[in-house]
Amino acid sequence: MPRGAPTGPRQRDPILAISVTPPCRGGAGTAAFFSTIRYDHVPPELHSVSYHLDHLQYLETEAIHIMREVAGEFERPALLFSGGKDSICLLRLAEKAFRPSDLPLPLLNVDTGHHFPELNTFRDHRAKELGAKLIIRTVEDAIAKGIAIPAPGEVSRNRLQIPTLLAAIEEFRFDCCIGGARRDEEKARAKERFFSFRDSFGQWDPKNQRPEIWNLYNARLNPGENMRVFPLSNWTELDVWEYIRRERLEVPTIYFSHRRACVRRQGQWLPVNDLQPPRPGEEVRELVVRVRTIGDIISTGLVESRADNVDDIITEIAAARVTERGSRADDKASEAAMEDRKKAGYF
Amino acid sequence: MSVATFIANSDLRTAISEQPTAARSVEILRFNTCGSVDDGKSTLIGRLLYDSKSLMEDQLEALERSADITGGGQVNLANLTDGLRAEREQGITIDVAYRYFATPRRKFIIADTPGHIQYTRNMVTGASTANLAVVLVDARAGVIEQSRRHTCLTALLRIPHLVVAVNKMDLVDWSEDRFNAIRADFEEFLPRLGIHDVKFIPISALHGDNLVEPSRHTPWYPGPTLLHHLETVHIGSDWNLNGFRLPVQWVNRPHNPTDARLHDFRGVSGQIAGGIVRRGQKVIVLPGGQATTVKEIHTHDGPLDEAFCPQSVTLLLEDDVDVSRGQMIVGTDQLPGGACDLRANVCWMHPRPLQAGKKYLLKHTTNTVQAAVTAIDHRLDISTFNREPAPASLALNDIGEIRLRTAKPVFFDAYESNRLTGSFILIEPGTHATVAAGMLHAPAEVIRPDATDFVI
Repeated sequence: MPRGAPTGPRQRDPILAISVTPPCRGGAGTAAFFSTIRYDHVPPELHSVSYHLDHLQYLETEAIHIMREVAGEFERPALLFSGGKDSICLLRLAEKAFRPSDLPLPLLNVDTGHHFPELNTFRDHRAKELGAKLIIRTVEDAIAKGIAIPAPGEVSRNRLQIPTLLAAIEEFRFDCCIGGARRDEEKARAKERFFSFRDSFGQWDPKNQRPEIWNLYNARLNPGENMRVFPLSNWTELDVWEYIRRERLEVPTIYFSHRRACVRRQGQWLPVNDLQPPRPGEEVRELVVRVRTIGDIISTGLVESRADNVDDIITEIAAARVTERGSRADDKASEAAMEDRKKAGYF
Repeated sequence: MSVATFIANSDLRTAISEQPTAARSVEILRFNTCGSVDDGKSTLIGRLLYDSKSLMEDQLEALERSADITGGGQVNLANLTDGLRAEREQGITIDVAYRYFATPRRKFIIADTPGHIQYTRNMVTGASTANLAVVLVDARAGVIEQSRRHTCLTALLRIPHLVVAVNKMDLVDWSEDRFNAIRADFEEFLPRLGIHDVKFIPISALHGDNLVEPSRHTPWYPGPTLLHHLETVHIGSDWNLNGFRLPVQWVNRPHNPTDARLHDFRGVSGQIAGGIVRRGQKVIVLPGGQATTVKEIHTHDGPLDEAFCPQSVTLLLEDDVDVSRGQMIVGTDQLPGGACDLRANVCWMHPRPLQAGKKYLLKHTTNTVQAAVTAIDHRLDISTFNREPAPASLALNDIGEIRLRTAKPVFFDAYESNRLTGSFILIEPGTHATVAAGMLHAPAEVIRPDATDFVI
C-alpha cells in the first residue's frame, strides 16, 4: 500500500481489494521507538462497567486458545488422557474449544499395567461419555514386541512408558500430543514452553528451546519432529481443583479419602499391592488416605486425609505445606529426575 | 544465608494469615523481574514465595540438601528457579522460569528472567505477557547500564506498569537522600521512554523491608509495600477494549451432527484480540471486506449477549461468507490497518544475524505469511537510547527498526495500541527457528471497506 496516500476521495487499493482512507491517528511518521500514547484502552462510556476475567476464566481462555491453535496448525494431533485430574480438565477445555463439533483429535493413553484400576475404569467411562476415540498402547505389549526393554530386576514401568509413547506417536504419525503438565509441578517443568519442540528422537533440548513471545506459538515442524503442547502450563494445583469445582467435573474416587492398606517405604505410605508386597519387618497399616497426584500404583504416595469432597480437597491444598510432587517416588530419584526423563522423550 | 536465617527474617509471614481461598474470584497479575546478577532478584522472589506460603517444606528441604552437597552449607535461593542441571552446575540461569504464588487478593505469575547471557531475548520473552515489570536496583550502585537496559526494554515491550525496587537499602543506612537521588536519575530518562505508571519503592529483599509490611526503617516513605502495590495496581484497562478484533483460529462445522439443529452450524472460533462484540452488531470479514452481522456469540456454556478481549468465543454470522483460519473479523469502528509494507521494531533472537533481503515466515495473530526484510533502518542502543542508522545487520539480542514486505496483506494495529494485533514473530524457513519478535508501527492508513462490497 503506498505511503502518504492522498486525502480526499477514497481510492481502491489493488492488493486489498477494498478502498482505503488516510489514517485517523498515528501515521507513517511515527517511526520513533517510543511514543507517548497512553494505555487507557477503555472507552469512557465503559468506565463504570467491569470487563475483566477472574483467574480461572483467564486460564481457561488461554488454554482454549492453545487447543484451537493445535487444531489449526497440526495435521494429526492427539490428547494424552490418563484419567487423572489434569487431563480431566484438558478434556473439558477441549469440549469448550471444539463443541458442538466432535473433538478433532483422539485420546491417547500409555497403560503401564501398573495403573490404579479405578483410574482405567474412569478413563474408559469418560472417553465413552464424550464419544471420543481412545487409543491405548500398553507397556506390556511394547515389552513383548521388544520396543521397551526392562533392565534386570526393574519393577517400575516408569522408564518403559517412554519408548511405548514414542512408538505410539510413530505408529499413528502424530505430529502433536497435548498433555496436562503444569509448570508449578516441578522445577524442570517450570522451564517448559507451551509448545515444546521434540526432535525426531522425541528428545527435549532445554538449552535450545524456541522463545515464546506474546500468544504467538511457532508450530512449524520438519518430518519426524513433533510437538508436545501443554495448555495448563500456567495452572497451579489449586487452580485445577477450583476449575473441577466450578465445572462440576467428575474425578476418580481415589482422589477422595478412603480406607486402604498401606506400607511405609522411604518416608511415604504406599498402597499395598501384589507387585511389591510388604517385606518382613515393614510396617503395614490400614489408613484413611487419598492420592494427591497419580502415578503408578508402586510409586504413588498416599496422604492421610479426611477430604471426601472437592471443597475439602481445596481447603486441604490451600493449607498444604508440601508440594504435590512430594508424594511421587519417581521424581525423588535425583534432583534432575524429571529433566532426564523429559530429555529422553517423557511428556 | 541458611534457611533458618531466612525463616527467622520472616517474622512478617504471619501478615498473610488468610489463605488464598478458592471461592473468591481473583484476578491474575503477570509480572517479570529484572536485575543484574547480584541485585537480589532471587532473594526477592524467594521471599515473595515464602511470605505468601507458596514455598513448600519439601522445596526448602531440597534447597538444604543441595546446599549441603554443593553450596558449602549456603542455601542458594536461585536453586528454586534454576531448574535445569546445567544451570545448577554452572550457577547460571539459562532460561525464563515461571513461578506462581497467590494472596487472598490476587494470583501472580512471575516470569523470572536471567540477568546476563542472552538477556534481551529472555527478557523480551518474559515481558511480552507481563502487566508489570519490577526493575531491581542496588541502592549502593544506583542507576547502572543494566538498569537503563531493563527500563528501555520495559518501555519497548509496552509493559503497562513499572516498579523500580531500590534494594539493599539496609546497606546505605536507609538513606532517604540516596533513594531520592536514584529516583531523580531515573526520572531524568523516563520521559524519553514514554513510561507513565512508575512506582519507586525502597526495599531490603534479604530482611523483608517494604515487601509485605511497611518497614520501620523508612518512616520517610509514605507509599505502598511491594506486595500491596502488586495486589492493588489497576490492571483492568491493560487489555484493549476499543475496536473489535477476532483473528480466526478454527472454523467449527460439525461433520456428523446427531442433532438436526446442528446441520447448519458454522461457527468462527477464536480469542478476541481487541474490543467488545455484541449480538446483532455489524462486523467486517478481512481480507475480503464483506460486512455481515453477528447472529450468535456461541460458547460451550451457552450464548452470550456480548464478549470482550481476551475471551475465547465462537461467532455465528448472519451471512454465509467465506471465512477460514488466518482471517480477521473486525468491528465497523476503530478499523485496523491493512498493508503488505510494514515497519516494526524487532528483537533479534537467533545467533544467525538478520540481513536485509532475507525471507522469513511471519506469524501475526493466526495468520502466517511469507515476508522479506527490505531494509534495516536503525539499531537501538538500549543503554543510551541512541539510534544507529542503517546498520548492516542485526545480531542476537539486538533491537532494531526494520521494514518488511509481505506476500499477502496483514491486518494490524500499532503495537502501542494493541499488543495482540500489533505483534508478530519471524520464523526461519528450513530450521523453523523463531528468530525475531516484532512490534508493528502504526499503520500508514486504516482500511475502509467499500459500501458496495457489503453482502446483504
